[in-house]
Amino acid sequence: MAKHETPLLDQLESGPWPSFVSDLKQEAAARAKNEKKVEYQIPQDVVEDLLGVLELSYKDGTTHWKHGGIVGVFGYGGGVIGRYCDQPTMFPGVAHFHTIRVAQPSGKFYTTEYLRQLCDLWELRGSGLTNMHGATGDIILLGTTTPQIEEFFYELTHNMNQDLGGSGSNLRTPADCIGQARCEFACYDTQDLCHTLTNEYQDELHRPAFPYKFKFKFDGCPNCCVASIARSDMSFIGTWKDDIRIDQDAVQGYVKGEFKPNAGAHAGRDWGPFDIQKEVIGLCPTECMKYENGKLTIDNRECTRCMHCIKVMPRALKPGKEKGLSILVGAKAPILDGAQMGSLLVPFVKVDKENGYAEIKEVIEAIWDWWMEEGKNRERLGELIKRQGFQKLLEATNITPVPQHVQEPRTNPYIFWKEEEVEGGWERDVNEFRKHHLR
Amino acid sequence: MELAEAKEKIVDALTKKAKTKSKFYFNDLSEILELKPRDAKKLVNKLVEDEVLEYWSSGSTTMYGLKGAGKQAAAEHED
Repeated sequence: MAKHETPLLDQLESGPWPSFVSDLKQEAAARAKNEKKVEYQIPQDVVEDLLGVLELSYKDGTTHWKHGGIVGVFGYGGGVIGRYCDQPTMFPGVAHFHTIRVAQPSGKFYTTEYLRQLCDLWELRGSGLTNMHGATGDIILLGTTTPQIEEFFYELTHNMNQDLGGSGSNLRTPADCIGQARCEFACYDTQDLCHTLTNEYQDELHRPAFPYKFKFKFDGCPNCCVASIARSDMSFIGTWKDDIRIDQDAVQGYVKGEFKPNAGAHAGRDWGPFDIQKEVIGLCPTECMKYENGKLTIDNRECTRCMHCIKVMPRALKPGKEKGLSILVGAKAPILDGAQMGSLLVPFVKVDKENGYAEIKEVIEAIWDWWMEEGKNRERLGELIKRQGFQKLLEATNITPVPQHVQEPRTNPYIFWKEEEVEGGWERDVNEFRKHHLR
Repeated sequence: MELAEAKEKIVDALTKKAKTKSKFYFNDLSEILELKPRDAKKLVNKLVEDEVLEYWSSGSTTMYGLKGAGKQAAAEHED
């Protein structure tokens, strides 16, 4: 028998999709049974009370959570988010229900042993409820009490060699795609760059002094599997400078039906024989491809790295050999002013592991210095760029304007001349002018 | 700036405003210290370490307050 009646939540289970309500009930039942004989450090019926308070919120049409708090681990300004219930007498199990963010491993590679260890630790010291993963990519552990936070942190860091993630006005936990570990398209080692920068910027991750949140995300290629271009203040997207490599024999293989297009994906129905004109050439957004007399050609100068042709014919087409990354800045979700996509700041930079990614760090630190000084409270980088102009960002990062900074001619006139750059400045001799131009 | 001077400036300024405000943005603190953000950060963090200041986080934004100031500690039964 459930501790609280939950008719409204029960209804959520009736649809065709898996329901989080069923998951919560399963965990509540498992905690009640306690087959593993865990010495629970927070109330055993925490999940029952969570279901109860959620039901009440649905009934009242309002939240019963108090937002934020002073809780955390000593010396860290992020990683723990205080949550308190405003009906602690009715639901004592969730009177404290703090969230802990744990840094996910780069590329989210786990061993099952690690996951078991983490879940066991969270069953013991928390509610057992997790969110794998949060929007920033962290492992989110939902619900524990204040006395358990330091205990949990000690075991996480000492026994599992893992750290808390970012929250608040911090650098948030950097996130990356699986990169060269498993993906042939990756143009740089996303995991190494993500891990290196995470270690390098520990102070920014744990001690908040930014105007607001700041997110890094690393995508190995323009497929953008972690959507860095839309979801991070600073997005690092793998790209190449030279030409797409073409294996004409393999192109023939696709045309003759020897190889399955899209590496066999979308094979759930019969789409008919592969039509290179319709499925590749005709879908190129810049119309820079041609297939004539059995030969595929690409005008690489026009290619915008949409990746479509490479994904359809991965045996025949590969990214070029001169690889690196592009840096885009200013993407954000729509709290103020609507959602923004990243703007291209650095079209191409070599990813140089040998010198410790010095060029990349230089750009990052210049941006932070500018944003920390000029940014208003709770102003994201993208909003500062909009307010002060892209040109100010170029000055702050000491980057010379290039055509790639302009989205389309006459749509975003980012670049303005300054007086000192113009011969003779803004002043002119009116008398001299009047000699040639009547009033 | 020495830590002792920073502590005095911050405690003075935050105590003066204590009636109307108990939580402050980092920018407010660097203005009080009249330092650039990076230099202010070192001192502010030291003050957190020394338990003069404490963090308050909503999850998305972090603010600073004098330790124990405001209703927060009592309301959360953390005092």
